[in-house]
Amino acid sequence: MPELVSNSLLVNQKRITIKVEQENHHHGHDVGERLYLHRHSLVHALPSHLKIIAALAFILLVVSTPVTQWPAFVAYFIWLLTVVAITKIPFSLLFKRSLIEIPFIFFAILMPFFGSGEKIQVGPFDLYREGLIAGSGIVVKGTLGVMTAIILSTSTTAREILRGLERLKLPVLMVQIASFMLRYVNVVNDEMERMKVARESRGFEATGVKHWKVLATAAGALFIRSYERGERVHLSMLSRGYVGVLPHEEQPHVRFSVWITAVLYPLVALIIFVTQLIIGKM
Amino acid sequence: MHIPDGFIDLQTSAVFAGLAAAGIATALKGARTQLDEKIAPLAGLTAVFIFAVQMLNFPVVAGTSGHLLGGALAAVLVGPWAATLALTVVLLMQGLLFADGGLTAIGLNIFNMGVLGVWAGYGIFLLLRKLLPKNKSSISLAAALGGLLSVPAAAVGFTIQYAMGATATFSTSAVLSAMVGTHVLIGIGEALITGLTVSAVLASRSDLVYGWKNNNQKLELRSAD
Repeated sequence: MPELVSNSLLVNQKRITIKVEQENHHHGHDVGERLYLHRHSLVHALPSHLKIIAALAFILLVVSTPVTQWPAFVAYFIWLLTVVAITKIPFSLLFKRSLIEIPFIFFAILMPFFGSGEKIQVGPFDLYREGLIAGSGIVVKGTLGVMTAIILSTSTTAREILRGLERLKLPVLMVQIASFMLRYVNVVNDEMERMKVARESRGFEATGVKHWKVLATAAGALFIRSYERGERVHLSMLSRGYVGVLPHEEQPHVRFSVWITAVLYPLVALIIFVTQLIIGKM
Repeated sequence: MHIPDGFIDLQTSAVFAGLAAAGIATALKGARTQLDEKIAPLAGLTAVFIFAVQMLNFPVVAGTSGHLLGGALAAVLVGPWAATLALTVVLLMQGLLFADGGLTAIGLNIFNMGVLGVWAGYGIFLLLRKLLPKNKSSISLAAALGGLLSVPAAAVGFTIQYAMGATATFSTSAVLSAMVGTHVLIGIGEALITGLTVSAVLASRSDLVYGWKNNNQKLELRSAD
């Protein structure tokens, strides 16, 4: 009996330690941070500019693969899901965020039904062959693209993505505009939410076009508040010595092994691409 | 809803990425002369505003609702250069953070909405501002019609890209009529919201409206009777 008790205590202790660890790892709250999932993984540790290049190169390879080379796409998916697992992203989260591409999937699904040319029988449907191929190509390539972007934004904070864009020589001004956007997006969203609460607490409920004037007035007020906030921020920056550029810190040197790890993502895709090209020719 | 990866081929995407880059470069230059060091905070806050206002739902009928796209609105409120920069940043962030719009298609999306939509809307606005009487209600009307045109203009941009490098099998004429047809409807909503929003800003802070600032009226003397 005493053994049993101590066991359950141990279990409790374990649960407590796990919980504490999770709480310790709760960081920032801005918009990028809401998308960002804090984990310790190989992908999380990579410098962001390399991740952006790797993601772009992977998608470029996927897009330039002909749709008819379907085994290559199976291999792409297996590799992508492996990287998702390495990045420690739950598959449910991946799926949920992928739903953003649904409108284009509808478009692609319609394609086999309204087309022209040769027809083939698939189950109960009489489909256009060309439309079917093109439609599935759009779905498959679109999904690979979306999921790659999800790996990027889940493993990299918005701030880091901006720093990456800066290293990739995006014009400084664009980086600054984007960093202002990220810094104030929650402030302005909260402002909009408060205006909504204020409207509703006065009994307002928008049901149709006749209520648009009220909503547009709110949008106008939101603009004025955003603009004035911009002016205020600008003046306070000037008073702290802002001259049009933000202070720069020295970029850390990227080790060769880190480079290789990042390049691995498109490199495996390239191997798949070339292999399929050779097999397809045979 | 933006163009995903693999929908338009890479050659066409590259062409439009180049055009979008040229548009952004022009906007950067124009914004520098218009706003000097003020651009970053103001275009940044405009980007935030566009991003937020796109989440404001305008109910249409029974459960359906639309939202503002904001190209023409931003152009009238802060000028076309800052508007192009703000929309570019919004699209860039949507692509990189929310996976909305493919990374290889980002040039296509920026060209349609950040360049074509903004400038078509602003062009109509300028033309009407010249033709209509110089008062606040014609500024709102011109902004509304700018909004009306900006949406199908972006749709036409999409159709051109589709004709040049689509991987889909619908005929270009079918896509053109479907895209322009639906986007004229969306444009009517955009026009209403844009016009109403501009008139709301004009009513309380007309000095902030870029499209109005340039023709400020002189103070008039009135007798005190």
